Amino acid sequence: MGFLKSKSFSGGIHPPDSKKGTDQKAIEKCPLPPFVVIPVQQHIGAPSKPIVQKGDQVLSGQPVTESGGFVSVPSHASISGTVTAVEMRPHPLGAPVLSIVIESDGQDNRVPDIAYQDDYLNLDKKEMLARVQSAGLAGLGGATFPTHVKLSPPPDKTIEILIINGVECEPYLTSDHRLMLEQAEKIVSGMQLLVKILGVKKAYIGIEKNKPDAIRIMQGLIAKSGLPYAVVPLHVKYPQGAEKQLIKAITGRTVPAGRLPMDVGCVVQNVGTAAAVYDAIAFRQPLIERVVTVTGKGVKETKNVLTRIGTPFSYLFEFCGGLAEDTGKIIMGGPMMGLAQSSLEAPVIKGTSGLLVLNEHDSRRFKESVCISCARCIDVCPMGLLPKMLGAYVKAEYFDAAKKHNILDCIECGSCAYVCPAHINLVHLIKYGKSQVIKSMKKAG
Amino acid sequence: MEKKYFVSSSPHIFDHESVPKIMYSVSIALLPAAAGAVYFFGLRALWLIIIGIVSALATEAVLCKLTKKPMTISDGSALLTGLLLTFNVSAQVPLWMPAIGSVFAIAIGKFIFGGLGFNPMNPALLGRAFLLASWPTHMTNFSLAPRNGTISGIDVITGATPLNVLKACKGILQNSSQFPLERVNEAKQAWIELSGSIGNLFWGNVGGCLGETSVFLLLIGAAFLLYKRYIGWKIPFTYIATVALLSWIFGGKEGLFTGYVIFHIFSGGLILGAFFMATDMVTSPSTFWGRIIFGVGCGALTVLIRQIGGYPEGVSYSILLMNLLTPLLDRWTKPRVFGGTIKK
Repeated sequence: MGFLKSKSFSGGIHPPDSKKGTDQKAIEKCPLPPFVVIPVQQHIGAPSKPIVQKGDQVLSGQPVTESGGFVSVPSHASISGTVTAVEMRPHPLGAPVLSIVIESDGQDNRVPDIAYQDDYLNLDKKEMLARVQSAGLAGLGGATFPTHVKLSPPPDKTIEILIINGVECEPYLTSDHRLMLEQAEKIVSGMQLLVKILGVKKAYIGIEKNKPDAIRIMQGLIAKSGLPYAVVPLHVKYPQGAEKQLIKAITGRTVPAGRLPMDVGCVVQNVGTAAAVYDAIAFRQPLIERVVTVTGKGVKETKNVLTRIGTPFSYLFEFCGGLAEDTGKIIMGGPMMGLAQSSLEAPVIKGTSGLLVLNEHDSRRFKESVCISCARCIDVCPMGLLPKMLGAYVKAEYFDAAKKHNILDCIECGSCAYVCPAHINLVHLIKYGKSQVIKSMKKAG
Repeated sequence: MEKKYFVSSSPHIFDHESVPKIMYSVSIALLPAAAGAVYFFGLRALWLIIIGIVSALATEAVLCKLTKKPMTISDGSALLTGLLLTFNVSAQVPLWMPAIGSVFAIAIGKFIFGGLGFNPMNPALLGRAFLLASWPTHMTNFSLAPRNGTISGIDVITGATPLNVLKACKGILQNSSQFPLERVNEAKQAWIELSGSIGNLFWGNVGGCLGETSVFLLLIGAAFLLYKRYIGWKIPFTYIATVALLSWIFGGKEGLFTGYVIFHIFSGGLILGAFFMATDMVTSPSTFWGRIIFGVGCGALTVLIRQIGGYPEGVSYSILLMNLLTPLLDRWTKPRVFGGTIKK
C-alpha cells in the first residue's frame, strides 16, 4: 500500500536469489566452438532470411541472414568458416527453426569493416539506427525485441525518459551484474548514444539493492563523466525488472493496460543491449557474442561466460566441466521465466542470459491439489490480476471469461505459481489460455 | 540412449508451501488452546477432542472410499475441522456429540459440495450450528467450572458464562421496575464485577466452549499464524475492531458509548472465531477490500446478535452468514488491474 514509499511496485515475491555461485566470478571467454548454429529467428518479429548457401565461406561478423521486415534483424556468422548446412535445427524456444550451420576454420577471421570510429558521437541519428539494426541487435534481457524498433517511436509519441534495466531480478542470473562491474564504461557510452538517438532529457539506470558493487561502480562512472544520468537503487523484489513494474518504480508512471512503455514517454533497454549499442555504433560490431551465466547445482563449475551466439549448449557445458549425473532440468534463462530445454543441441541465441541446470530432486514437480482460495496468487500478482480465477477459467475452457478478466495483461512472471500451495501450474494454464484467446480474436478479426 | 530431461512450463522454483502444511500449521497453532482446554476442564476435554478428530478423519476416509475419490485424509483439513468443531462445544456435552458434529461437518459441510476447496461455509461451524439446533440443551450446558475459576469468571454469579450473565443482567437492568430490588442489586453488582473479570477472561479460567475461553493461549497460536502468514491481518483485525467499536457504542447499560470494550473482545468465541475460523481460506474472500468488508460484516453481525438477538453469543452464525457473501464480495471487490480501470 501507499504508506511505505519505497522504489517499487505492488505485489511481487522474494525468492532466494541464488546468485552467490557466480556473482563474484569474472566473465570468462568460451573457446571457439567447432561449429555454430545460427537460427533465422532469434528475435520477436518476422524471421530473417538466409543469404548464404551450403559451401559458402563466411567471416566472423558477416551477415548470414537479412531482415525479414521492419520488426526483424539480421543474424551474423559468429565464427569464420564454412556453411555446412541450412536446415531445421533444435531451437531453445521450442520447435526446430531454420538455421545456418557454420563449421569453424579455427581462425576467427573478422570482417574488415569492424573498426573503431573516433567521431561516432557525431553520426546522425539515421546512421546510428541503421547500424543498430544491421548489427542485429535485439533486447539482450531475454525478450529479444528488435532494438531499433524500440528506438524508432512513431512521430506522435514523445519519448522523455530512457531507462536502462540493470535489475536482473531473476534468481541465479548474474550476467548483467558482471557486465555492469566489468564493462560499465561501455554501458554508459551506450546510454549516451541511446539518449542521442531518442532525444531524451532524462536517463536512469535501475539496479536492485542486492548489487551494491554495481550501483557504486555505475554511480562513480556517471559522476566522473559528468553526464546527467542517475542510478536508481531499487527494492529487491521479483519481478522488479519487468518493464512496466520498472517504469512504475523509477518514474511513478503507469503504463496503461494493453499499451506500451512509449505511451508514457519511456523506453527501457537492458544493460547488455546498451553495451551492444555502443559496439554496434562505435565499432560497427555486430552482435555475435554475449555473456551467459551457466549455473545451478547440475553444473560442475558455474561461470559467467562470454559466448559466441550459436554455440551449442553441450559445448558450453563442456567448458563448464560438464553436467552432473543427476541433472534433471536444463533451463534457458532464469528459474522464474526461463524455458526448459529438451535438447543440449540447441544453440545460445541473442536472448540467452543464462543456462540453469537443476538436479533431479529440484526438478520434480509437486502433485497438484485443489485450490483452497488462499489468494496468495492474487496478493503477489504484480499486474493486479486474479490468477486463481484465470486458471479455473482456462481449465473449464471459459476463454471469454478469461479474456474479460484481463488474461492478456499477464506478463507470465510466474509469481503466482511460485507461491501456490496447491502447486497449480498457473503459468502453464494462463499461457495456454492466452494463446486460445488470441486465436479466437484473430478468427473474429 | 540420450538422457531425457524434465520439461515443464516456468516457473521452475517454488516456495515450500503446501495445502497440508497450512492445515497442519493451523492445527499446531490451536495446540496451546487445546492444552488449555484439558487443563481447565479436565481429561474429559481430551477425550472430546480425540473423538471429534477421529470421527472427522474416519468420515473423510469412508466418503473418499465410497465415492472413489483420491484419499484426502492426510491433507490435514479433516483433522482441523474435527479439532475446530470440538473447540466449539461445551465440555459438558455427551461424548457422542463431537462425533455426530464431525460427521455432519465433513459429510454435509464439505463433502457434498465436492470436498476441500468447494465448501461455501466453514464446515466446523456448520457442524456446530447443526448440533446447536439439534441438541440445544446439551450445547448450552456450561455447568462445568474451570479449574481455579468460576463459569462466569466472577464470584457473585457462578452458574452461567460471562456473556450469559451479561445478557441476563442487561435484561434485568433495562427493565428494573419488573424485578424485585434484590435481583436488580444483584445484577448491578454482577455488572460491575464482570468489568473486573478481564484477567480471568484473558487467562481462560471461565466457562464456555472447550477451545474458546483462553484469550492468551489462542493469541499465542494466532501470532504464530500471522508470523507464518498463514492468516492475514485484515479479517481478524477488522472483525475485532468492529466488535470493539460497536460494543463501545451499543454495549453499555447507561446509553450510547458506555460499553466495556475489552470485556466484549475477550469473552465468548470472538478471538477463536476471528483468528481461526473467519480466516478459513476456502470460505473467506480473496481480495483486499473483500476481506476488510468480510471482517466488518462479521463484527457487525456478532454485535447485533449479542446485543439484540436471542443468543448470548453470535460469532459462529456471523461467520457462517458472511461465508455465504464471500463469492459476492470477491466479485464486487476485484483488484485494479495494473494500468487498467476497475472492472465491474
